Amino acid sequence: MNLETALARLLIFPGLLFSVPVAWFFLWVERKAVALMQGRIGPPFMQPFYDFIKLLGKTTPARSGVSGLLMRAWPLLAVSAAGGAVGLLPVLPSSGGFEGDLILLLALMEIPSICIVAAGFSSRSIFGEIGSAREAVLDVSYNVVFLLAIVSIGAAQHTFRLEALAQLPPSPVLYLGVLAILVCLPAKLHINPFSLPNAEQEIYSGPMTEYAGPELAMWELSHGLEWVAATGLVATLIAPHVTVWWIGAPLFVAFSFGVVLLLSVVAAATARLAIDTTVRFYWQCTLIFAVLAISSALFMRFRS
Amino acid sequence: MNLWNRLMCYCRRRSPWLFHMNSGSCNGCDIELVASLTPRYDAEQLGVRLEGSPRHADILCITGPVTRNSVHAIETVYGQVCGPKAVVAIGSCPATTNVFIDSRTLDGPLDRHIPVDVFVPGCPPRPDAIVQGVVKAAEILAERAAKGPVFEPGAAPDSREVQL
Repeated sequence: MNLETALARLLIFPGLLFSVPVAWFFLWVERKAVALMQGRIGPPFMQPFYDFIKLLGKTTPARSGVSGLLMRAWPLLAVSAAGGAVGLLPVLPSSGGFEGDLILLLALMEIPSICIVAAGFSSRSIFGEIGSAREAVLDVSYNVVFLLAIVSIGAAQHTFRLEALAQLPPSPVLYLGVLAILVCLPAKLHINPFSLPNAEQEIYSGPMTEYAGPELAMWELSHGLEWVAATGLVATLIAPHVTVWWIGAPLFVAFSFGVVLLLSVVAAATARLAIDTTVRFYWQCTLIFAVLAISSALFMRFRS
Repeated sequence: MNLWNRLMCYCRRRSPWLFHMNSGSCNGCDIELVASLTPRYDAEQLGVRLEGSPRHADILCITGPVTRNSVHAIETVYGQVCGPKAVVAIGSCPATTNVFIDSRTLDGPLDRHIPVDVFVPGCPPRPDAIVQGVVKAAEILAERAAKGPVFEPGAAPDSREVQL
């Protein structure tokens, strides 16, 4: 992959130019699905765009010193990491990539969560600190399962290259791994039943309590981009491999949309769990599941 | 007005985020405000979102007759809402202190302390009246922000003429 294709992927497709409208679209789908499940009409199609533009036009409270600087830096770092993660997704067949790009993708997808933890603590708000502590605990519990699931898929195929994984033929290990990833996604995206860190009305807005205006707009955007990256990863793994780009790309979007719809429906149908229940869920139930996936992957690998 | 300002004005009207504050209300108006978000009235169609933090909000919804204890809290929260902002007084209490008038525990009505843009009278007002009030406040906010410089927190209130 040379510099031009890398830049084109990062900035145009599937990078920023494509992923920002898709992020808004997914945020709308999430809100609309919840509204429809509750028997409401829900927000208009352009609502996330209106919210974003409106937030850009709001003032921010004056902050000075290092903590003020950090509070401005965290949302920008989160947006760029999430945007970079989307740029790595192999949407176009034979679009390049390199050995180990799955590991880079996972690292980039993790940065927004770390930024949220840091942002809550640097805002010096008591609600922000509670939210950050919850986010950190949640992060530790779901990531074990999430990483084990990814490792099991990678081990079955002997590679951490996304493009090779996209061409993986359907197998029980793949389905087990994808199921484990799907269980982790609500926690990764902070939606019900694992919406603990930003538990609205309970601890105000969690780590985001002190953020306003353009900074909050960046957090909303990074949340949307996280949706695109996380559902895109699942779509990469489960979508059938097509060599023609104009079939492959819409197929990728359609599969991502399906995952968004599934997660939104789950979010609308469930209530928020307490932190101890969440941690127990991930450490006791799904960890067994993930260990099962990785052991079967290793077994398959040594048998072949 | 250039294109960017027109777009901003359009978006501000369509995305009012609320922060709800109780200044000693009997809880009747609070229930009606929440009812306006339920499936029957569905204020989210108009982009309304009830926010947990005053920093995120555009419109401050205040219920209650403003007790002495709550005056300081109201001023603090009003300062925490970032500009451009608007205030909606929900119910008859913040407008006139209602049946509690002349009580020595009150320091109302609300517009003695902060500028109020829209009054929604009623004891309690109907949810559709509250939705209408919020939409009106969003329009006022967008027009005011488009006209002059951005409304700074603590700047001279320019909506005193709306007083009852």
